[in-house]
Amino acid sequence: MNLRSIERSTWIYIAIALLLFIVPFIVTGRSMQFILIQIFIFGIFAMSYDLLLGFTGIISFGHVMFFGIGAYSTAISLDRFDSTIPALLLGVVLALVIAAIVSFIVGILTLRLKSHFYAMLTLALAGLFLVAAEKWRSLSGGNDGFTFRLPELIRDSQSQYFLCLVSLIFIFFGLRRLTKSPFGKVLMSIRENEQRTESLGYTVLHYKVIASVVSGVIASFAGVLYIISLRFVNTSVFATDLTIDVLLMTIIGGVGTLIGPIIGAGLVEFAHHWLSGLSDVHWIFERWIILYGTVYILVVIFFPLGIVGTIQAKLFGRTVTKGLKDNKSKVS
Amino acid sequence: MEAIIQTEDLSISFGGHVAVDSVSITIPSKKFTSIIGPNGAGKTTFFNLLSGQLSPTKGSIFYKEEEITKLSTTERTRLGIGRSFQITNVFPNLTVLENVRLAVQSQKKVRYNMIAHFRHFKQFEQKSYEILEKVFLLEKADSKAVNLAHGEKRKLEIAMLLALETELLLLDEPTAGMSLEEVPAIIDVIKQLKQEDDRTIVLIEHKMDMIMDLSDEVLVLFHGELLAKGKPEEIVQNETVQSAYLGGMYDEKQLT
Repeated sequence: MNLRSIERSTWIYIAIALLLFIVPFIVTGRSMQFILIQIFIFGIFAMSYDLLLGFTGIISFGHVMFFGIGAYSTAISLDRFDSTIPALLLGVVLALVIAAIVSFIVGILTLRLKSHFYAMLTLALAGLFLVAAEKWRSLSGGNDGFTFRLPELIRDSQSQYFLCLVSLIFIFFGLRRLTKSPFGKVLMSIRENEQRTESLGYTVLHYKVIASVVSGVIASFAGVLYIISLRFVNTSVFATDLTIDVLLMTIIGGVGTLIGPIIGAGLVEFAHHWLSGLSDVHWIFERWIILYGTVYILVVIFFPLGIVGTIQAKLFGRTVTKGLKDNKSKVS
Repeated sequence: MEAIIQTEDLSISFGGHVAVDSVSITIPSKKFTSIIGPNGAGKTTFFNLLSGQLSPTKGSIFYKEEEITKLSTTERTRLGIGRSFQITNVFPNLTVLENVRLAVQSQKKVRYNMIAHFRHFKQFEQKSYEILEKVFLLEKADSKAVNLAHGEKRKLEIAMLLALETELLLLDEPTAGMSLEEVPAIIDVIKQLKQEDDRTIVLIEHKMDMIMDLSDEVLVLFHGELLAKGKPEEIVQNETVQSAYLGGMYDEKQLT
């Protein structure tokens, strides 16, 4: 590849990535490293969500089901077999394959529906997975969940940090290429105008299903990393709260961009950390979720494009997400 | 005379209202056919049936003697039926170039490539620029479609249709809502198209001088039915058409 042909923004991202590799040698506090790890994980999860929401214009309220599938597949594999790298890899492969199959089936069955029906149906399906995890105690440990041991190699937080960072970088650049490919252009045209895309000769359903499979597999991988960082799994990995969290991250950061969800994940995680840390000052900070809600409403009202979207609009006059809003209003 | 598209007893009703009523027509290949009729006569609905946006309640459609009644819009486009829309139907937040490029990309059958960067498809861009030049829209290539003037959106609509390189072009009122000074440019584009021999064009229009000038054959729809067909001169002379058309145009009931 010709170095000149690489876009300037790519160089900036590479530089940031390199900086992040140095961070764990400077920031050695375990709690801070843990927060960064969570940001990487939720950044991945939110990017996968944004592939549907921001790029294809699909609103899903059940995206957490793939996250949960990834989390449980790996946790169960590590728990049932010994805590070795092969067991972990088996778990990861299972996680990705099951997520691919589930997202494919869900996509084929439901993506023909109009968007609000699809949103409702995904919500119901995610609920189904949650109930299944609660009831199938022999496999999932039910509500209490279970802890498990990790392979030696990824036990300390520094190696987890690098694992998550490398994953984030790969997925970020992978998705970036995807969204800039001919396929990605069609996804955006679907977001803009589904009917028109069809009359240009594209089979819209195929694109939506492929996008949801890619997105599901990535979400599942985020789930894998999540339980690795916790060494514990319970039914909360299927909770709808998590879908709302990534929705929030995506919207705060900037819908229809890839860096946006990562920034959103960072802000939400740090806000969570600092606000709950302030609970000694005033009891309201213990109820940080209230503040969260307020921020969410303010962002939607004043920065509907999110942080990245607003900056882009100011700098380059680009508003990638306006079409999304138009589509939504068309639906209702 | 070879037929490119044929309908048999084609009907569609919405609730109790029959929008297209048992229309059986043959559209000759490589000719210029116009469809006229007062507002609400079912012209656009008829187009929607041909291009697959709507499926008929009754009757069938044949494209080059093969039945396509059950095929989706996508499949019909791939067979060679392209259409433009009366209500401008573009990708609002993509640039003009990107709009056309999506059509070119579909025509070149690069549909599922997720690996290659778009940069590597320079020929699509080249082609898109050529088409934009044809419709006099080159200088707007980098503007977002949403920011175009109405007439320019109509041109973009035609550019996207051209990019698909379909054998059959269904043009749904390409001059609708245009200011007078914008119309000649569109007519020029359509004339150019007509000169390319291997194209079949079906045009819905209200501007009679345009119809007279361009058409080989004219079909008249009225209340969803085929009222008359023939050469433009014949149609103008036809008394039923005159009374129906003028009566329909100025009938208060028709306007509501």
